[in-house]
Amino acid sequence: MNWKRSLIAFAAGLPFVALLAFGMTRDPNQIPTSMPGQDAPTFTLPVLNAADTVNLARHAGEVVVLNFWASWCVPCRIEHPVLLQAASRYQDSDVHFYGVVYQDTEDNAQRWLNQLGQGYPSLLDPGSRTAVDYALTGVPETYIIDRQGKVVFHRAQPITDLAEFIQLIEAARAGTLGPAGASS
Amino acid sequence: MSARIRSRLAALRTAVARAALPVAAAVTLAGAPLGAQESPVHGEGNVIQVQEETQLERDVRALASQLRCVVCQGLSLQDSPSELAQEMRGIVREQLEAGRSQQEVKDYFVSKYGEWVLMEPKREGFNLAVYILPMVMLFGGVGFVLFKARQWSTPAPAPADGPAEGR
Repeated sequence: MNWKRSLIAFAAGLPFVALLAFGMTRDPNQIPTSMPGQDAPTFTLPVLNAADTVNLARHAGEVVVLNFWASWCVPCRIEHPVLLQAASRYQDSDVHFYGVVYQDTEDNAQRWLNQLGQGYPSLLDPGSRTAVDYALTGVPETYIIDRQGKVVFHRAQPITDLAEFIQLIEAARAGTLGPAGASS
Repeated sequence: MSARIRSRLAALRTAVARAALPVAAAVTLAGAPLGAQESPVHGEGNVIQVQEETQLERDVRALASQLRCVVCQGLSLQDSPSELAQEMRGIVREQLEAGRSQQEVKDYFVSKYGEWVLMEPKREGFNLAVYILPMVMLFGGVGFVLFKARQWSTPAPAPADGPAEGR
C-alpha cells in the first residue's frame, strides 16, 4: 500500500519538478527577441558631429550592420575593436556599418570614439525611438539587415569572435542567413 | 456716546477701509483669470483641452501599467524611473495621440519584444496554466487539509477482536 502512495506522490510531483527544472535552464535576464525575420524598421537619423543624416532606405539591396552602443557601456569597449576590424574589411563594399549612440551625450560619444577609434559613422537616436523600434533592451546590441531589408541577425551581447561575425555577414550577403538561429 | 469716541470710531473705519482696498483689488485681479478659465463661456476651448489632456494622461498611465519595463526587474513602464521606460511612455503617448487604439499600441510593443512585454500574459493557450494552476493548487490544498482534518477528528474504529473492551 505504501509503495502505491509513494508512486502516486511521485507521479503528481514529477511535472512540477520538471517545470522548475525547465525554469532553471532559462536565463531570466535574457529577453526573447522577435526581430530576426521582421522587416528592418526604417529610420532617418542624424550623424554624430556631422551635418548629415542617414536613411536606411538609402541602402536598399545592400547589407547593413547596426551596432547600438554608449560611452558608459563597458562591454562596448570589448567588442569595439572586433567591429572596427570587420568594418575595415568591408570598406568600399556593399556592407555598411553604422553605430547608433544609445542614451549618451554627443560629447561623451565623440570622446569615446576619439579614444577607441572610429571606423564608421555613428548615428544619434533622440528619444530612443529607433532603439525601441529595434526592440533594444540594452547595449551593446548588434543587428544585420540583409539585401531584402529584413533583420536576419540580432545579438544582445558583445561581438567578440571576429571569424564568426564575418561568417554571419557573409551569410547575410549570400542571403543564406535565415531568422532561425540568428538571434542570441 | 461721546463725540470723541464717535470721531475715533470713524477714523478707525476709514483706516480699515483703506487697508482693505488694495487687498480686495488684488484678490479681484488674481481671481479674474481663474474665473475666466473656469467659465464655460469665456474659456470653453481651454476647458475642453484640459479634459482631453487628462483623458490622454489617464490612457497613457493605464497602458504603461500593462507594459513591462525592458531594462528593469518586474517593473511596469509606469512604475520604472529608468530613462528608457520614460521614453517608452513617450512612445505610448505619441501613438495614442496619433489616434491609435490601446490595443494597437500594445500590439506594437508585443511585435517588438514579444508577449514578454505584457505585465499580464494573455489568457489563452499554455498561458492559461498561470491562471488555473494556482486555483487548482489552492483548492487541492484546502481539500487535502479538510480530508486530513476529518480523518484526524474521526475516532479510530475499535479492533475487531476488541481485547481492550474486556478490561
